[in-house]
Amino acid sequence: MLGRAIREQPRIFAVAVSGSVLFGLLVIASAYVAGGVVGKVVVPAVERGEVARGTLALAAAALLGISVLRVVGIFGRRLGAGYMQYRLQAAYRRRVTRRYLELPLAWHHRNSTGTLLSNANSDVEAAWYPIAPLPFAVGTLVMLVGAVASLFVTDWALALVGLAVFPALFALNVVYSRRMAPRQARAQRLRAEVSGIAHESFDGALVVKTMGREAQETARFAARAGELRDALISVGRLRGVFDPMLETLPSLGTLAVLVVGAIRLRQGAITVTELVSVAFLFTVLAFPVRAIGWVLAELPRSVAGWDRVRRVLDATGEMPYGTRTLDPATRTPATLAFHDVHFAYEPAEAHLPGAQVLGEVTFTVPAGKTVALVGPTGSGKSTIASLAVRLVDPGAGRVTLDGVDVRELTAASLAGTVALVAQVPFVFDDTVRANIALDRAGIGDDEVWAALRLAEADGFVAALPDGLDTMVGERGTSLSGGQRQRLTLARALAGRPRLLVLDDATSAVDPRVEAAILAGLRAPADGGGPASILVVAYRRATIALADEVIYVEQGRVVARGAHTELLATVPGYADLVTAYEQAEQEREQKQTYDEVTPLASGLEVER
Amino acid sequence: MSATTAEADRSTETTESTWQTLRRGLALSPELRTGLAGTLALALVYMVGRVAVPVAVQRGIDHGIVGGLDLNVISLTVAITAGVLVVTTACGYLMMRRLFTVSETALAGVRTRAFRHVHDLSMLHQQSERRGSLVSRVTSDVDQITQFLQWGGVILIVNLGQLLVTTAVMLAYSWQLTLVVLVAFAPAVVVARQLQRRLAGAYGLVRQRTGTLLGAIGESVVGAPVIRAYGIAGRTARRLDTAIDGQRVAQQRAIRISIMGSSVGELAAGLALAGVVVVGVSLGVDRTLSVGQLTAFLFLVTLFIQPVQIATEVLNEAQNAIAGWRRVLDVLDVSPDVADPGEQGRELPPGPLDARFAGVTFAYPGGPPVLHDVTLDIPAKSRVAVVGETGSGKTTFAKLLTRLMDPTEGAVLLSGVDLRQVRFDSLRSRVVMVPQDGFLFDATVGENVRFARPDLTDERLTAAFGELGLADWLDGLPSGLDTPVGERGEALSVGERQLVALARAYVADPDLLVLDEATSAVDPATEVRLQRTLDAVTRGRTTLAIAHRLSTAQAADEVIVVDRGRIVQRGPHDELVRDTDSVYALLYASWLEQTR
Ligand SMILES: Nc1ncnc2c1ncn2[C@@H]1O[C@H](COP(=O)(O)OP(=O)(O)OP(=O)(O)O)[C@@H](O)[C@H]1O
Ligand SMILES: Nc1ncnc2c1ncn2[C@@H]1O[C@H](COP(=O)(O)OP(=O)(O)OP(=O)(O)O)[C@@H](O)[C@H]1O
Ligand SMILES: [Mg+2]
Ligand SMILES: [Mg+2]
Repeated sequence: MLGRAIREQPRIFAVAVSGSVLFGLLVIASAYVAGGVVGKVVVPAVERGEVARGTLALAAAALLGISVLRVVGIFGRRLGAGYMQYRLQAAYRRRVTRRYLELPLAWHHRNSTGTLLSNANSDVEAAWYPIAPLPFAVGTLVMLVGAVASLFVTDWALALVGLAVFPALFALNVVYSRRMAPRQARAQRLRAEVSGIAHESFDGALVVKTMGREAQETARFAARAGELRDALISVGRLRGVFDPMLETLPSLGTLAVLVVGAIRLRQGAITVTELVSVAFLFTVLAFPVRAIGWVLAELPRSVAGWDRVRRVLDATGEMPYGTRTLDPATRTPATLAFHDVHFAYEPAEAHLPGAQVLGEVTFTVPAGKTVALVGPTGSGKSTIASLAVRLVDPGAGRVTLDGVDVRELTAASLAGTVALVAQVPFVFDDTVRANIALDRAGIGDDEVWAALRLAEADGFVAALPDGLDTMVGERGTSLSGGQRQRLTLARALAGRPRLLVLDDATSAVDPRVEAAILAGLRAPADGGGPASILVVAYRRATIALADEVIYVEQGRVVARGAHTELLATVPGYADLVTAYEQAEQEREQKQTYDEVTPLASGLEVER
Repeated sequence: MSATTAEADRSTETTESTWQTLRRGLALSPELRTGLAGTLALALVYMVGRVAVPVAVQRGIDHGIVGGLDLNVISLTVAITAGVLVVTTACGYLMMRRLFTVSETALAGVRTRAFRHVHDLSMLHQQSERRGSLVSRVTSDVDQITQFLQWGGVILIVNLGQLLVTTAVMLAYSWQLTLVVLVAFAPAVVVARQLQRRLAGAYGLVRQRTGTLLGAIGESVVGAPVIRAYGIAGRTARRLDTAIDGQRVAQQRAIRISIMGSSVGELAAGLALAGVVVVGVSLGVDRTLSVGQLTAFLFLVTLFIQPVQIATEVLNEAQNAIAGWRRVLDVLDVSPDVADPGEQGRELPPGPLDARFAGVTFAYPGGPPVLHDVTLDIPAKSRVAVVGETGSGKTTFAKLLTRLMDPTEGAVLLSGVDLRQVRFDSLRSRVVMVPQDGFLFDATVGENVRFARPDLTDERLTAAFGELGLADWLDGLPSGLDTPVGERGEALSVGERQLVALARAYVADPDLLVLDEATSAVDPATEVRLQRTLDAVTRGRTTLAIAHRLSTAQAADEVIVVDRGRIVQRGPHDELVRDTDSVYALLYASWLEQTR
């Protein structure tokens, strides 16, 4: 992973590391300069009782010069490291979100929104977090090696003190991060869980409110937040144990230097200058060595984040588009055909069976015709609709457009040919215009208005405060249910598809408007080509417009044919589409019955 | 509207100082003060450990080295100092332990309180902000504070203390040299303050861009089917790239400013060291300062520099944490505009409820009125249908009836009690609405139905499905009540989701049931069956159903026709259709045309 980072941003990494190494060497240098100043300038000056101006100026200049150079080092290190971290994060965010766009819906279904959000955000961040201090760590390592080497040059006994203290410091750090890793991982997991609860609870805020479950939701949240608190406290306690120890160890080292140094001084092996330099070295080195500890402590978090990012990058099963295109010049309606299509959703948990939702589905929507898809709740109509526009691929069998398997078509050709109006309207948090045009080529304001007119949505859009420029809010909250539905309808119409798939797309639209919309679709007023239509519907008028009806039950095509034919021959179908009439008849019968009952009960009372 | 909240955010960011935020935060979590004095005392002792070494060096040099080596003096000094260090280390542990326990406990409290508060905000308030940013107020914003406290907070406290103690010791050695150090740092402090202000702005921008990025990622995930169906992956990718780069550029800007801060500190340090040497040597020559003292001073200057340098880095984190805290506090400061009257509130009278709209006008914030002066009585035990064109105000009507919003003018009364005076626990247990877009939690079918009544057994739930005529459907599910419904219920078909949402409201057993297109995606046969069973089981309660399918209206005792925010007709279906020119008669005619 580090190799990857270096490979991707070699130049910046080089800048950062050189900056850091420069900084490290200067830290050592500063210790020796400080020692030299004391030994060669201060002590003689004090002893002689007069100031050698030249040397003093030199000493001051050396100290200042080192400072200036250190600033250069800091700039190189931090700027380089920061840029590298941010660039890597951005690059990986781009890659992860690209994968989101490439991976199939089945994969999206398996992963919650919250997980995907954190993969692209906090996991990427965690993965590259240690990159920033990495050059610093390299610099510190160089600094340590340099320090120990310089100690040996100075005096072997003092060097031994260094050899005892610095490795001990390092070992303590390693133990620390080992102990910390599981605790951090637990805290991280709980953080994600807390966030998941908050996400879902706020998403369902309306249900929580209408059922008055705020207190229970808070209790659910508080329980997990409490676990997180305990986890964080345990992280903190560990920190409390190790941090002060790590802090004290170099101080003890300095004290040891004082004792050992004094002995060596007596032996005449070193000078005061050297003693002060070494003591100073221990003091200035303490901080960078501790900082390495922080990097080490972050590593487990980073590894965990990187694993989750990898999982997205390495996920397979994307639905590659083909290379064939349908002739873009033809504005004639397209033919859609299902050939013996089978489909199963992946199970929610691996041990559960995947529900076989469709089996042996075969039918055709001939060019220019309207086919109605009818079936009870949960029979598989929406699944068929998503197969038709290739949101999902069949487990077995083929879906073809104008005889070409949809898997062989390019993305552009597919999107230019078919359009789906989904059962649940999805509206982007953007303007009305952007929601309809979706930046597709050739859709200007005129086309947008034409589509809105066709969807009978021009009236309410014109009445909006900013017209087409009105922001509709997240998921379109500032619109009514029917308005959202019509917006998505207009979105589909604006692209002038050659095949239109309407998945119960007029359920929140009142009957009068629906009739107008359907009439408009069948015979476009502005001379545009008509489209083939696959429509999921219950209303008889809609069904009656269809050239053929396909009746599905439990994922199988039970019957197909003309409406009147099915009405006469398929009891399930008749029950479904005449349900309202039957209910009304029953009600009328019951009313006559009701009118009699008071009499009857009256008689009873008398008796 | 989300734009206005964001702007409000930014304006508080610039007007409120760090101290004000801290004060506000402390006022909200007084528990943060528990044992604060003790913790600070421990911190002070801990800091003594840091100056112990320079003092030891000074004593060692002055009394044990310069002017004759004396190993005994050195050993004694070192032994005492080592003892001091052991004590201060222990104090460090105790200090951190106390600090983390208190702060984490307090912040968990803040987190939970903010969570509850978000739920207490009115629906409109909640919608005025992106879900994601609402979530971040109880997650990442609080995380930022705890992360800061665990890492930077201690460092900051210890280093500020170190600064003070070091200054004190420096003063004890030589006021002249201390003055030199302070003078060397004075310009740095001025510049740093300036930079700090710019840095706050830069981090504000980072946070804002991060919010935008999260929104963009969220839409690319939630809108995946639309993106795929319309082949707009390219457009989405471009938008994501813009958001990603926007964030990166802001981050880079912030780090540039932050580095300038550290550089200034570093230069000041060099200046201070050089100054100390020059002035110190002169003082040494005058015998006002010993060699040991001067050496100790050099150590002390580094001890003085370190905190200043670290502080500049930690202060960046602090800015982030403070901003996070501010965002949490800001949400807690919004007073719920549709508030629970609480203890002073009234209970709804027992028995079936009647409803009354008295001159109700309603306008969404910043919009024109969508309901105009509606006055209406809904008798107890009646079954009422509300019909009308798309966007005529039906859902708005239902939200007012269930007090998700308060009328702009006029009042809504249930059994004679103004809704604004009704306690929420009474209201929510007696009045239940099934909203237009039925939302399911990512759990099993059973857990979703049990949402309002966790005490119900599986048997009772199964029975409830049976009573609704949905036993066959339940049996058909792969694992019955234990079938997972997926995120937002997306592993069920749309109609199936509505069935579960309806069952959920049904077992809540309300006295006033409001159905907003609750069966709009359910097939007609099932819907008719449901309606029949619902009629039977809700007899004796008040129900109000909004529907585009006029079969509902036909079955109701009374139909209310809404047109452009006004009630234009009301009465039983049979009466309303008699007036052939009326809105309802026209609606019904087209419905008939559609269904036969
Ligand atoms: N993502 C999913 N994972 C697992 N099962 C699913 C998923 N989506 C749908 N199903 C199941 O597949 C079956 C068919 O669903 P589909 O949405 O196609 O039905 P439908 O005919 O459109 O129903 P409706 O009329 O309610 O919209 C249902 O039993 C449903 O529970
Ligand atoms: N949160 C909101 N903010 C601003 N305007 C809103 C909001 N919700 C609804 N509106 C507007 O108020 C009007 C009435 O909306 P409402 O949802 O009550 O209609 P409805 O009768 O329920 O329509 P439908 O049959 O489509 O569900 C519409 O013009 C809509 O655009
Ligand atoms: Mg469906
Ligand atoms: Mg509505």
